Amino acid sequence: MSQTEIQIEGLEVFFGDGHERTRVVHGIDLSVAQGESYGLVGESGSGKSTVLRALVGLVPDWHGAMRVGGESLQRLGRSKEFYRRVQMVFQDPYASLHPRQTVDRVLSETLALHGIRDGVDARIDRLLEQVGLGGGFRFRYPHQLSGGQRQRVAIARALALDPKVMLFDEPTSALDVSVQAEILNLLSDLRSEFGLTYLMVSHDLGVIGHMCDRVAVMQTGEIVETLEVDAMRKLQAEHPYTRHLLDSALRSSGHAGMAEVQRTAG
Amino acid sequence: MSNLLDIENLSVRFPTRSGTFEAVRGISLSLGKERLGIVGESGSGKSMTGRAILGLIRKPGEVTADRLEMQGESLLTASPKRMRAIRGKHISMIMQDPKYSLNPVMTVGDQIIEALRTHEKVNKAQARARALEMLDAVAIREPERVMKLYPHEVSGGMGQRIMIAMMLIPNPEILIADEPTSALDVSVQLQVLEIMDRLVRERGMGLIFISHDLNLVAGFCDRVAVMYAGRIVEVCEAGKLHEAKHPYTLGLLNSVPDLERPRPRLEALTRDPAWREAPSVSAML
Repeated sequence: MSQTEIQIEGLEVFFGDGHERTRVVHGIDLSVAQGESYGLVGESGSGKSTVLRALVGLVPDWHGAMRVGGESLQRLGRSKEFYRRVQMVFQDPYASLHPRQTVDRVLSETLALHGIRDGVDARIDRLLEQVGLGGGFRFRYPHQLSGGQRQRVAIARALALDPKVMLFDEPTSALDVSVQAEILNLLSDLRSEFGLTYLMVSHDLGVIGHMCDRVAVMQTGEIVETLEVDAMRKLQAEHPYTRHLLDSALRSSGHAGMAEVQRTAG
Repeated sequence: MSNLLDIENLSVRFPTRSGTFEAVRGISLSLGKERLGIVGESGSGKSMTGRAILGLIRKPGEVTADRLEMQGESLLTASPKRMRAIRGKHISMIMQDPKYSLNPVMTVGDQIIEALRTHEKVNKAQARARALEMLDAVAIREPERVMKLYPHEVSGGMGQRIMIAMMLIPNPEILIADEPTSALDVSVQLQVLEIMDRLVRERGMGLIFISHDLNLVAGFCDRVAVMYAGRIVEVCEAGKLHEAKHPYTLGLLNSVPDLERPRPRLEALTRDPAWREAPSVSAML
């Protein structure tokens, strides 16, 4: 049995103050094994991104227990070791890169913040190589890059500190399908090369099915079902909401809906 | 001439510091009473084609065509006043994100009524009744209540259905939908598309459905034109998409992760420079 990398118990997240304080995540449990790729799906407002944000310390008001690599997490603020271990890639590469900083500056700042001063030059070249960008991209500004190239820079920034865990919040939903394929391939390669643990949020069941081993389905702040991807592919979902999601995903990708699939299957 | 739209050799150009950028490079297409899908990646010129039809390309952008006609009437030479009358009354457009296309300081009801009264002489009570009817047609529950809401008080899926109601209420002959569901959740996407599809069919309108999602388009259209770098590289019947031959179309189809057919790696598209240079395929009827 491999070790647990991410352990979440009874996580509750609140937004707002005073009488406007509302609970947006209603006590969820989640555990991701080392080296596993875990997916969180659900519609907007279901709280899936909030779980990731709570993990990295971007949400102040939460209860419950969260552990990453054995380290218990505080309400706010994370140790430097935590950020070396856990890195996040956001949805929109147009918004997550500083428009007035070159790729070189983005990457070297990350390294400098963590006190890495030796061999920065070679390290940046290697990082760009790893994400499939040549050295020619090093002194470009974000506006000189395409959406896919920007997301590669964001991935390089996350990789800069040799993390063990990567969190992805809709990493490809701002990209074209053809570019999405390249980025997903890159993420698969990086995971097998560095033995990374992935926790990925997406509304796209196709992407999750391709990338993950296990999936948790969220609706209005609760996990309604967790299932193995194989079961998901065979459409063996119990919860009506999961079935609804699967059905929409199949029909919008031009397949027969679930009703028809099951009718023909038996 | 029974076609709703006839376009021959349409180009859209933008001057830049480093020369002219051609977003659309001489495409030809026509639209009958059918549902035509235009598919391509970002930057392929698909949205610019839709905007050019409606005369929405701003200076210094430049639109040229041998022919750009709506039921025989040239849209290139039409006066701004005539274009304003055409927009909404004859050709409507649904944009991607309802958050940006609805007026934030006007109630939903007032906006729909305005859309109707701009093009038709109806009194307030009649307009209100029509608006309610239209909201009902786009499957909005409690239309009375929704009429009084402001755009920020409705969800994305609801906002897009309100947009559809607003665009269809003057009964246009042509609807251009530019990525109408990309900003929505998968679970609402289909619902919104099905509503749009039903209304378009019932009213016998022509639909141009612009999207980056080939499979989605195939499900909701009769014909599909695939655009690459400002040109049409392939036109096929939606039902025969799997018989598509152009490597770009195949590449797009294969790069989508498929829930039912898992693969260890997705096929990345290798772009052939020759695709850019190949002459545009005509999508005329």
